[in-house]
Amino acid sequence: MTNLINSLLVLILALNLFALGSSRIQSIIHTAAIQGVLLGFLPLLVHSHLNLSLLFASLTAIMIKGVLIPHMMSRALRNVQIKLEVEPLIGLMPSLMLGAIATTFALLFTNQMPLVAEHTGKLIVPAAISTMLTGFILLTTRFKALTQVIGYLILENGIYIFGILLMGAMPMVIEMGVLLDVFVAIFVSCIIIGKINKSFSTMDTRMLSSLKE
Amino acid sequence: MAFLLIFFPLVMAGTAAIFPSNRWRPLFLPLTAIPQIFFTILILFIPELSVTNSWLVLDSLGKIVLLLANTLFFFCSLYAVPYLQYRKERDNRVFSACMTAFAGTVSLVTCSQHLALMWVAIEATTLVTAPLIYFNRNRLCIEAMWKYLLISSVGIALALLGTFFLAYSSMHGGQEATLFYVTLLKNAPHLSKTWLHLSFVLLFIGYGTKMGLAPMHTWKPDSYGESPGIIGAILAGGLTSCAFLALLRIYHICRVAGEFAYMSKILLFMGLISMATAAFFMINQRDLKRMLAYSSIEHMGILTIGLGIGTPALFGTLLHIIANGLTKGVLFLSVGNIHRAFGSKNIDQVRGALRLMPVSGALFLISFLAITGSPPFVPFVSIFSILNGAFEAGKYTTAGLFLIFLLLVFIGMGAPILKALQGSSPVPDKEKMIYRDTFASYLPIIGLMILVFLFGVYIPSPLSELLNDAVGYLGGQP
Repeated sequence: MTNLINSLLVLILALNLFALGSSRIQSIIHTAAIQGVLLGFLPLLVHSHLNLSLLFASLTAIMIKGVLIPHMMSRALRNVQIKLEVEPLIGLMPSLMLGAIATTFALLFTNQMPLVAEHTGKLIVPAAISTMLTGFILLTTRFKALTQVIGYLILENGIYIFGILLMGAMPMVIEMGVLLDVFVAIFVSCIIIGKINKSFSTMDTRMLSSLKE
Repeated sequence: MAFLLIFFPLVMAGTAAIFPSNRWRPLFLPLTAIPQIFFTILILFIPELSVTNSWLVLDSLGKIVLLLANTLFFFCSLYAVPYLQYRKERDNRVFSACMTAFAGTVSLVTCSQHLALMWVAIEATTLVTAPLIYFNRNRLCIEAMWKYLLISSVGIALALLGTFFLAYSSMHGGQEATLFYVTLLKNAPHLSKTWLHLSFVLLFIGYGTKMGLAPMHTWKPDSYGESPGIIGAILAGGLTSCAFLALLRIYHICRVAGEFAYMSKILLFMGLISMATAAFFMINQRDLKRMLAYSSIEHMGILTIGLGIGTPALFGTLLHIIANGLTKGVLFLSVGNIHRAFGSKNIDQVRGALRLMPVSGALFLISFLAITGSPPFVPFVSIFSILNGAFEAGKYTTAGLFLIFLLLVFIGMGAPILKALQGSSPVPDKEKMIYRDTFASYLPIIGLMILVFLFGVYIPSPLSELLNDAVGYLGGQP
């Protein structure tokens, strides 16, 4: 089972790099969607005892992160008629390098941290940290508002991976609450993106610079 | 009872959202706030009501914030009715619904005994307040709302990771993975130190972003500056206090775990940085609302310093939550009136506000004196008590810097505010003014001001008992 979990996590890590290396916003959305679906399956594998509530939580996560949110983002993207993330703060190649460095850092970090014995062989902690850092890189180096929101989603995905270790601490109701919050946050962001586009005729957050000292 | 406090505003918000008449919809605010303050008083005085189940318990820390937030909400809702009537050309559907829902999310924050549930509630407060910033519908509002939502959400995401780390630290310490506050407190000495330290840092950054501590404060001047005064009051008094409550909870856990020395340095340093940042950006600040935002950053710094000093300053810190919240209410509501009368919040245009708007101007002046720590108002009592605590704890450097920053803020804030209030107004004909003080627009502010004054002179025994209870709770197991 550990092997299966680890290969799934490696796939998630690869998707991180893919998100960093692509300039078409639509394909970054697709990447985040696939990642969301894979994440949804993860708890089922980690917790070998299957029960209904676990299945329900998984399905909801897949629906929200793999279908609903990407759909909402694609619609926002169609409305603004921008396809490419041109001229990010750092280029695609350097972003990829940064992503690779982040993954290495995550592995090193995990080695430093004291882990519970049953978690030591698994890639869950480094995958979580690396996915979060990927989200951060997207958030800080891309200027299109929508790409930043995808960055936020990937950041949340990373935290979700870590949360899998603590299923016992997170009752399902609260798990649903977290998902709902993420969903609403992205929903509101997409509305704001529409408004930004209407008022500024762009999705470039560099235009949002009137408020400063 | 907790269910009532949480769901009553949410149901009212839902009703307000589908209510057809733009003219009568604002009435939903007082119709929610009046029962809400009644429920709050009930739950404060009848101890049996405070426990609903193991997830929802209103402890003494929660009580302080709930009391403050609902008092503020009560006065703001009274203020909102004439305000929205004045802005009758604007659709107030989102405004009324979101502000009413805010009261429900605050109740959930204060009652949550499960730290992840608390996280959900705090993120919900962000989401319901974001649309409120957009009420004036211009490009600046969009910018402010975007920054607010993005920065807060990312900050809060870090807090979620910190929350998970806390559960992991319990798991690694050989306990069950749990996020129940009381269980964590009980197990605190056994928590794994490495994970606990990381968790504290992440939670501090996350909830600190929500409080608006420097250097994570950048959303604050923008969103306070561009939203209506009443929203500034709700954010600066209610929302930041909720985030501070979250910080108090993790502080409590770390304290019981014997990590006070580790936290203290971080808290004092960040608190002083916030005060310094606020003092610096107040110099030459021409925008009155942004000025108040920096004052809010300063006071979040004061609260953080209070925690860093430890036991001797705890009473003052908890009192300061209330002091800051109520005074911020007066400041933002009165500056809102002045803003409307002059059509500007820039001191280049705002002159002679005392003459043109005698009541709002006077309230603004008095609340400025109050917030900068002049006697006999309640912020004076709380700030003095924190300072006293610093000396008692032997933290002389902190106390010295604290005093210097207070003085700098007083000067930095005083110059532009006095400029705006004194002199003759540029509006020549008083009769032609588009907006004037009315009884309804200043009565709620006077109500808040009376509380600020009253608590400064005399703290009623139920309140001081509540504060002492909370101090005992926080310091009870050193």
